[in-house]
Amino acid sequence: MVNSENIWKFLEEVADPEIPVLSIIDLGVVLDVVVNEEKCLITITPTYSGCPAMKHIENQIVELLSIKGISNVEVKQVLSPAWTTDWISESGRRKLLEYGIAPPVDEIDKSILFGDDPKVNCPKCGSASTRMISLFGSTACKAQYQCKDCLEPFDYFKCLK
Amino acid sequence: MNKELFEYVLRVGDDSLILGQRLSEWCGHGPILEEDIALTNIALDLIGQATNLFEYASQIEGGKRSADQLAFLRFDREYRNLLLVEQPNGDFGDTIMRQFLFDAFRKPFFERLTFCTDMQLSGIAEKSLKETKYHLKHSSEWVIRLGDGTEESHNRIQNSLDSLWRYTDELFFENDVDASLLNEYHLPILSDVKQEWIKNVENVLNEATLTIPNNNWQFKGGREGLHSEHLGKILAEMQYMQRAYPNMEW
Ligand SMILES: [Zn+2]
Repeated sequence: MVNSENIWKFLEEVADPEIPVLSIIDLGVVLDVVVNEEKCLITITPTYSGCPAMKHIENQIVELLSIKGISNVEVKQVLSPAWTTDWISESGRRKLLEYGIAPPVDEIDKSILFGDDPKVNCPKCGSASTRMISLFGSTACKAQYQCKDCLEPFDYFKCLK
Repeated sequence: MNKELFEYVLRVGDDSLILGQRLSEWCGHGPILEEDIALTNIALDLIGQATNLFEYASQIEGGKRSADQLAFLRFDREYRNLLLVEQPNGDFGDTIMRQFLFDAFRKPFFERLTFCTDMQLSGIAEKSLKETKYHLKHSSEWVIRLGDGTEESHNRIQNSLDSLWRYTDELFFENDVDASLLNEYHLPILSDVKQEWIKNVENVLNEATLTIPNNNWQFKGGREGLHSEHLGKILAEMQYMQRAYPNMEW
């Protein structure tokens, strides 16, 4: 019989639909896995309130597990505790960078209002000389930046806490 | 069913829904690409918040109506949103000023709502607060940029402030609903929220070299279902599909 450890391992195969190099485990949206005789209950949480990918992720989980021979899967969504970018794993941060998205840097809460823009390194050339173009990027979780050295525009995964 | 709690949740949900709908009108019309994306991203956050709140309202009501039905099949008198959020988009400055006055309210409001004793509401507040901080940063920076910008941008956003100010008292409107819930649920005390709101608003407007207008005339009514003519038009567009083709899905 499968145990929750097996399930956690399987879920590493479920990719985030918006950033497909990240698994939902890397992203930190899987909060809990409970396996008992009757069913397998998986608790997930959205990154943002309006995240359009949640239903898709839920379907992918059910589909993957059924391929692995596990039926009676229930996926539950909760809002609390609220997701934070701190839950992105180390390997997730590395994959983001390799993919060309700057991973979140630690921003203290106060700096969100009227502070300097977070210092983000260019994922292409590593330069620290970058500027924010817009606080909102291709998806709610990203901001748009540009490197002042190699001039490459890039996405920055905003810190959310 | 807890009627007052249902009403309270609808208020918060309707503010998010109607402003989200308004902002989505900017899709494809933003003054620059980045702002087109920013405004529609904020719209998405707000619609997401509304979804969470309507799902909870539906639960409180015992499943009588689904979240979708609450969003799309009520009549105008049943909506509980602020008059501020239903005001037309106007020019970019009007939209930014409306957003700023609202975000500056929402941040201290959600901060306090995270401490309420209703776990669902506090959970939604915790989630929404993180997004609202970004919204407020965005709208504050634009108010400063336009206010302290060119003569043209300064005059135009001062006009926006002058015409929207009359809807700001309503942010802090309370009635029997609040009175009956306040102690049991530890909901935000709106007079406290107001203190923080005015401090933040004054700071940003000072920075933006803008002046709070002297008019004392203030509108209210949204919280009790008495809306401006604009809400009917929003609903006509928003509800068209569900009214024309009941129960349609895609
Ligand atoms: Zn570079």
